[in-house]
Amino acid sequence: MKKQTIESEAEAALVHAKQLGADQAAVTVSSGKGFSVKAQNRSIETVEHYEDQAFSITVFVKKSMGSATTNNLSKDSLLETTEKALSLASLTAADECNGLADSNLMATEPIDLDLHHPWKLDMGKAQTMALECEQAALESDPKVDNSEGATVGTYESHSLYANSHGFVGATNTTGHTISCTAVASENGSMEMDYEYSAARKAEDLLDHEKIGYKAGIQACSHLGARKIKTQKAQVLYSPRAAKSLISHITDAISGTSLYRKASFLLDSMDQHICPDYLTITEQPHLKSSFGSTYFDGEGVKTKPRTLVEQGVLRGYLLSSYSARRLGLTTTGNAGGHHNLLIEPTLSGGLEEIIRTMTTGLVVTDLIGYGVNIVNGDYSRGANGFWVENGEIQYPVSEITIAGNLKNILQQILVIGNDCERNSAIHCGSILIDDMMVAGQ
Amino acid sequence: MAEDRTTINDPDIALSKAKSILLDPFNLDDHDLSLMLSTLLSSGGEMGDIYFQAISHESWTLEDREVKNSVHSNRQGVGFRSILGEKSGLAYSEVFEKESLLQAAKAAGTIATDRKQMTYRVNPKTSQQILYPLLNPINSLVDENKVKLLRSIDASARARDHRVKEVVAMLSGNYQVVLVVSHEGELKADIRPLVRLGVSVIVEANGRRERGSSGGGGRHGYEFFDQDMLKNYAAEAVDQALINLEAIDAPAGEMTVVLGSGWPGVLVHEAIGHGLEGDFNRKKTSAFSGLMGEKVASSICTVVDDGTLEGQRGSLNIDDEGEETQRTVLIENGRLCNYMQDKLNAKLMGSHSTGNGRRESYSTQTIPRMTNTFMMAGPHEHDEIIQSVDSGLYAKNFGGGQVDITSGKFVFSASEAYLIKHGKLDAPVKGAMLIGDGPSALKQISMVGNNLALDPGVGNCGKEGQTIPVNVGQPTMRIENLTVGGTN
Repeated sequence: MKKQTIESEAEAALVHAKQLGADQAAVTVSSGKGFSVKAQNRSIETVEHYEDQAFSITVFVKKSMGSATTNNLSKDSLLETTEKALSLASLTAADECNGLADSNLMATEPIDLDLHHPWKLDMGKAQTMALECEQAALESDPKVDNSEGATVGTYESHSLYANSHGFVGATNTTGHTISCTAVASENGSMEMDYEYSAARKAEDLLDHEKIGYKAGIQACSHLGARKIKTQKAQVLYSPRAAKSLISHITDAISGTSLYRKASFLLDSMDQHICPDYLTITEQPHLKSSFGSTYFDGEGVKTKPRTLVEQGVLRGYLLSSYSARRLGLTTTGNAGGHHNLLIEPTLSGGLEEIIRTMTTGLVVTDLIGYGVNIVNGDYSRGANGFWVENGEIQYPVSEITIAGNLKNILQQILVIGNDCERNSAIHCGSILIDDMMVAGQ
Repeated sequence: MAEDRTTINDPDIALSKAKSILLDPFNLDDHDLSLMLSTLLSSGGEMGDIYFQAISHESWTLEDREVKNSVHSNRQGVGFRSILGEKSGLAYSEVFEKESLLQAAKAAGTIATDRKQMTYRVNPKTSQQILYPLLNPINSLVDENKVKLLRSIDASARARDHRVKEVVAMLSGNYQVVLVVSHEGELKADIRPLVRLGVSVIVEANGRRERGSSGGGGRHGYEFFDQDMLKNYAAEAVDQALINLEAIDAPAGEMTVVLGSGWPGVLVHEAIGHGLEGDFNRKKTSAFSGLMGEKVASSICTVVDDGTLEGQRGSLNIDDEGEETQRTVLIENGRLCNYMQDKLNAKLMGSHSTGNGRRESYSTQTIPRMTNTFMMAGPHEHDEIIQSVDSGLYAKNFGGGQVDITSGKFVFSASEAYLIKHGKLDAPVKGAMLIGDGPSALKQISMVGNNLALDPGVGNCGKEGQTIPVNVGQPTMRIENLTVGGTN
């Protein structure tokens, strides 16, 4: 839909909701378009075209809330959807904490965050790239004899959020990806690994052949993986695995976990949750990044801030609802966190940290979600490499790593500078002093 | 608002109802379908389909003793797939106008580059399999009673123990109307109801807080949840949380593990199920590739995928390619005898679809997926299996699991577990991840119980970014040398 049409549809829905008795209302209208191609076995296996649209409305009537969404954007359907939201609000119980975020918090001045860069990529070029990417994986090593495919994709989306305070915010973004999953085999056993790149600008993507090559080499590096003995050990999380550790912190400091008292970081504000060399900042205005936005899911202005300052918890992740539940003010995190930057403590990455380890485990991948946010108990499947005297000895698999997140965070020794920018968490390798590794 | 049972089980109803929802309002008829099909396949596609779908979903959430949140959503679209050899093209339209639909058909077809002129005749086909009532579950109960239902489960949970501090319960209903036109012109329909109720509680004692959860559901209207069932869900969630209050650190290392019946069938799903999906085996990326006819499990193991169980969450009258679902024996007495197939992978592997072609929605590819997957019962009593273990772990209930298809390594996380000492249950232990190697774990199954049970109907399975409802199941089972990921 055209920009003016979207805006007028959104405004019409807000007016309609008010006429039907809503005290407050908020509307999101979005549309997106893109395609992806996948090469496998040296030929193109799938071509997918995407074209999506959606309308959603939330209404508040005497502090009761109702929400409805549809992807049928005909006039009748939009009216019906608005009426549905109102009818749900007439059945749900009132909550004093419900409502839009306060009007003085709205992000009235748009900031251009450079998030919209359509990729001038035709289907033929995309197919060639996917084929070359897979080819690079297959040629990286004779042991790479198969793949789960190489994918090249691009997506462009337009979204508009408007609420009855009169706030209107538009977000136009693009996202491009190249990924490859290689399969290596030796002596009848197989291992796979992947590599990918995602960016808002095509020129920020890693070279497709390098991605394929890396996927292939990584898959080979896991061949011959074995179990290790059950023991306590230092554990080094690769940047890919380290992001998950940070996400456990963000889950535990999210407003919903806090007001439900379902968090291992309950009542931890201004307390040391990590060693004092750890600092995490939230940077919602980084140019061209995945976690960038000038307003949150409620139209609230976002601001750079410090979440963990020299090991001390300084901020929660709150929406207006969870903030009111806690007697606090929203932090502009309706919909989740924005870019999180974990400051490195070292001018080196994974390889430099390995050199400092006497013995220990490098974890490249984690599987299964064995994390209890309520009490911090942590137990996950892992694979990676065993390190002795500062060098990788052999690949490891079929083991678990376990501990309690409260202790794990306190045992962070080093954070590398090998940070990846593929997502909203910008974090390098993390070395943890002492975890239980279960194997044989 | 409850619909009349005599009409909702009539197979002809599915087709006429689907047409009245997906074609008639947009003035689309058989002639339009033929035109779309010839546009889709005009570039040389050998196979393909058109998939019309309307999805309605609602959820009601209780928290702080009140239902304060309710969300309703409607989604509709038409997916076009064209297949030539191993290649497949997908495009869809969410706009039900002829021009948009033909444009999507053409886009999906461009995977092939030949030109051919064909005319297709569309033949409506009635599916004979009716495994669930053809109703909209959202209309099966008035909204006020959905609120009452959630309040009653909250009251049960709080009445069960004074240490219950928080109760969060969610009731959801999903209604899908599907119309599939195959490349042969066959037109088939399905009406799919699905309900689910989940309850999660937090208990607190002496400053320690723990969570417990329970729930159930299936392909029914909301009347499925009777008062006894609600009480049971509440009791299960509370009891599990109270047990966790007492739990000591879980052990770490290899040991004998006894898995309970029902939901622990996540093991069967992860360790075996995914590895036997046709696509991974055609591409030879599964740890089970090339093992057809071979002994892959101990001979007491028989594993089945059965999409024809009445009212179960993973059941379907027809799969998303219009094929009737069936009962497929995957492993018989330890020997691998079948893969789960969709049409594409079956054709490329020289076999037949097993009715396992599923897609999350019109906007995603159809791939081989599980339905209800379980291990058949064996000879042993549950107690006999526990008594046989001198030292080990009894994992009664589980959270989710995950598998690396290629290496065969799988995990699943225990949410309620006990130590076994000298044949008796001992202290409860904290949640821990269990990890194993699919092909070797199956050979380490040493006892299978006679108490086969399916999970209560809450499971989802994710593959290639697509989430679909499934069931898992198994009887009590003893496995040697599984690695338990505790801290002790």
